[in-house]
Amino acid sequence: MKRRHFLATTGLTLGLALTTSAAAWAENPVLKIGFVGVTSGPAAAWGISNQRSMETRAAWLNELGGVTIGDTTYDVEIVPFDDQKDPKRAIAGMEKMAQDGVHYVVGPNVDDGAAAVRPVAEQNGIMYFPYAFPKELYTPPASNAILGMVANYQSGPAIYKHLMDNSGVKKVAFVAANESDPLSQRDGGVEAAKALGLEVVSDSVTYQVDTTDFTPVLLPVIQSAPDLLVLSGVSPANAPQLIRSARELGYTGLISTETAQDATVLTEGAGELANGFISVGGASTPELASDAMREFVDRYTKMFGEYNDESNTKVYALEYILETLKANPAAIDDVEAFKSTMDTFEAPNPFMVGDAKLTYVGSTSFGQKRQVSVPLVVNEFRDGKFETLFVAQVD
Amino acid sequence: MEQILANGLYLGAQYALIALGLTLIFSLMNVLNFAHGQMYVFGGFVTYTVVAQFGLPFIVGLLASAAVLAVMGGLIEKFLFRPVIRRSKREESTMLLAAGIAFFLDAVILLLFGEKQRGVPKIVNGVLNWDMRIIMPYDRILIGVLAITLIASFILFMQYSRTGRAMRALAQDRMAAQLMGVDVDRYSMIGFALGAMLAGLVGGLLVTITGINLGMGGPTSVKAFLMIMIGGAGVISGAIAGGFILGMMESVGLTLLAAYGDITYLVIFATLMVFLAIRPQGLMGKPWG
Repeated sequence: MKRRHFLATTGLTLGLALTTSAAAWAENPVLKIGFVGVTSGPAAAWGISNQRSMETRAAWLNELGGVTIGDTTYDVEIVPFDDQKDPKRAIAGMEKMAQDGVHYVVGPNVDDGAAAVRPVAEQNGIMYFPYAFPKELYTPPASNAILGMVANYQSGPAIYKHLMDNSGVKKVAFVAANESDPLSQRDGGVEAAKALGLEVVSDSVTYQVDTTDFTPVLLPVIQSAPDLLVLSGVSPANAPQLIRSARELGYTGLISTETAQDATVLTEGAGELANGFISVGGASTPELASDAMREFVDRYTKMFGEYNDESNTKVYALEYILETLKANPAAIDDVEAFKSTMDTFEAPNPFMVGDAKLTYVGSTSFGQKRQVSVPLVVNEFRDGKFETLFVAQVD
Repeated sequence: MEQILANGLYLGAQYALIALGLTLIFSLMNVLNFAHGQMYVFGGFVTYTVVAQFGLPFIVGLLASAAVLAVMGGLIEKFLFRPVIRRSKREESTMLLAAGIAFFLDAVILLLFGEKQRGVPKIVNGVLNWDMRIIMPYDRILIGVLAITLIASFILFMQYSRTGRAMRALAQDRMAAQLMGVDVDRYSMIGFALGAMLAGLVGGLLVTITGINLGMGGPTSVKAFLMIMIGGAGVISGAIAGGFILGMMESVGLTLLAAYGDITYLVIFATLMVFLAIRPQGLMGKPWG
């Protein structure tokens, strides 16, 4: 009798617990936001910082009760897909998003992937936020892609101009990996440098991404005696080795890149040889960061063990999606409504101090607002950490 | 010119060491170990963890890489390759298994060590500058010398030790070696462990120069296959020759062809295609020894 009573009580308790948790689980409908990008291989750091930023922010918002869009409060769910930096996989990822009914996707991280997914996104009513720079993705008639960061043709000229004015740079050399992104960034950089009146002394040297010794690669570049060596589109994995080889070959001039880098990786790979290295930073500095940004960094670090400076920029895409949907709830399954809202959209920027706003920009570069507005932060590496060289706004 | 030769020798020494492990495994078991590059990466991360995370001396990290990879190689042979080779006569079974292990190790590396590039501080500071004719950092010279020492030790081990002789016999004729009393299973396992250990050692050595990241495994395997195809698959002297030839071709190409863009590997691959059409068994072919 006692045993039967015990079983009945246990069963009832279990049933109640399951019902309660199911009710709690089903409390909010789910808003799925996709991520298609590279989370494995040499460029994994770029995509992983994206995905983790989105997951951190989504978990935080869900903990606060969800996101209210119109009359409905949603829990945000991130649907990730690793495209392995392969355009074919990126297409498969975007098709998966379409099948899952996802209308807003962050990524892909590289040029060819972003170009490859364009037809899928346009045919299936998906807005996507690539971290890729080809202008044709953002200029009419294209209208579904929104650049998630500052492009190299926006940051490059700003950096070169700063170095011309402040460091007397006259001669510049470019070196790039033999891949589509770095090569197109190099070409854009060369064009910008020439437009500013700089003498380009070397722009034909390239390297394989799996190079293990950069000495022979850099030897002819260093022999051209530039004042500034630009590592076009350099990945965080290759940057320390290139810097180290250049310094070991006796190069004493400036070194810069228009991609974001990681201070720990530079410290471990190049140590003090990386001092003075100039790169584009995540869109935040200690002076710009709000309490919300600091909390984001804390939460990210707790969730994943180590923060990535790039996430200062990559936290923004999800925020832009959610805030634009809040501004026009009809856009939740209608990307045309989203597009029409973008022109006038404005919301408080929670990650910056003062009265900074989230707005879409890009009219100057693309002829339409197809870029998120984030500050252009240019950093200088010094003794294991980044110091802000200057901050600017694009467009 | 001196600089080109010095760069080629340095590259060749590290390449030869990478190719040695791969060719050893191939000669003993007729297995194309597609996971060789991942083992190299794993070795690099072990050294990184021991040196950068635990703050222990570099030599401890190097020994840890060798030990961990030797154990890993032994276990992979005993529990994965041996049963598959026993049950399947089709060579593609072991190739698929090797490819599967490569993907598995990639996932394990991502979970254990993360996605970031890692490196350890330079073990020797300073740069050798010989009248601007040869510029070579001392740590590269040290790593090059260590690599050549390891290659020489490996050759001596294979030539004069009982284990080395048994493995050479196994490589020349598996059946005959078995009939002569060589414990085939045991020496296959030792050979695989040794091959994996060499991969781990190179990873540990190069983490001080190039750093290490998750994506280095695949390209490293491709280069290692390239070297053993040049030298002759399964031939130790061929792997060494292949390593030095590739290193020298890379160094010469990167310097002399720089003005024409990144065509060095295009030229290397085109040359290799012509070479293999004329001499498909590579420079030294089989049998090795």
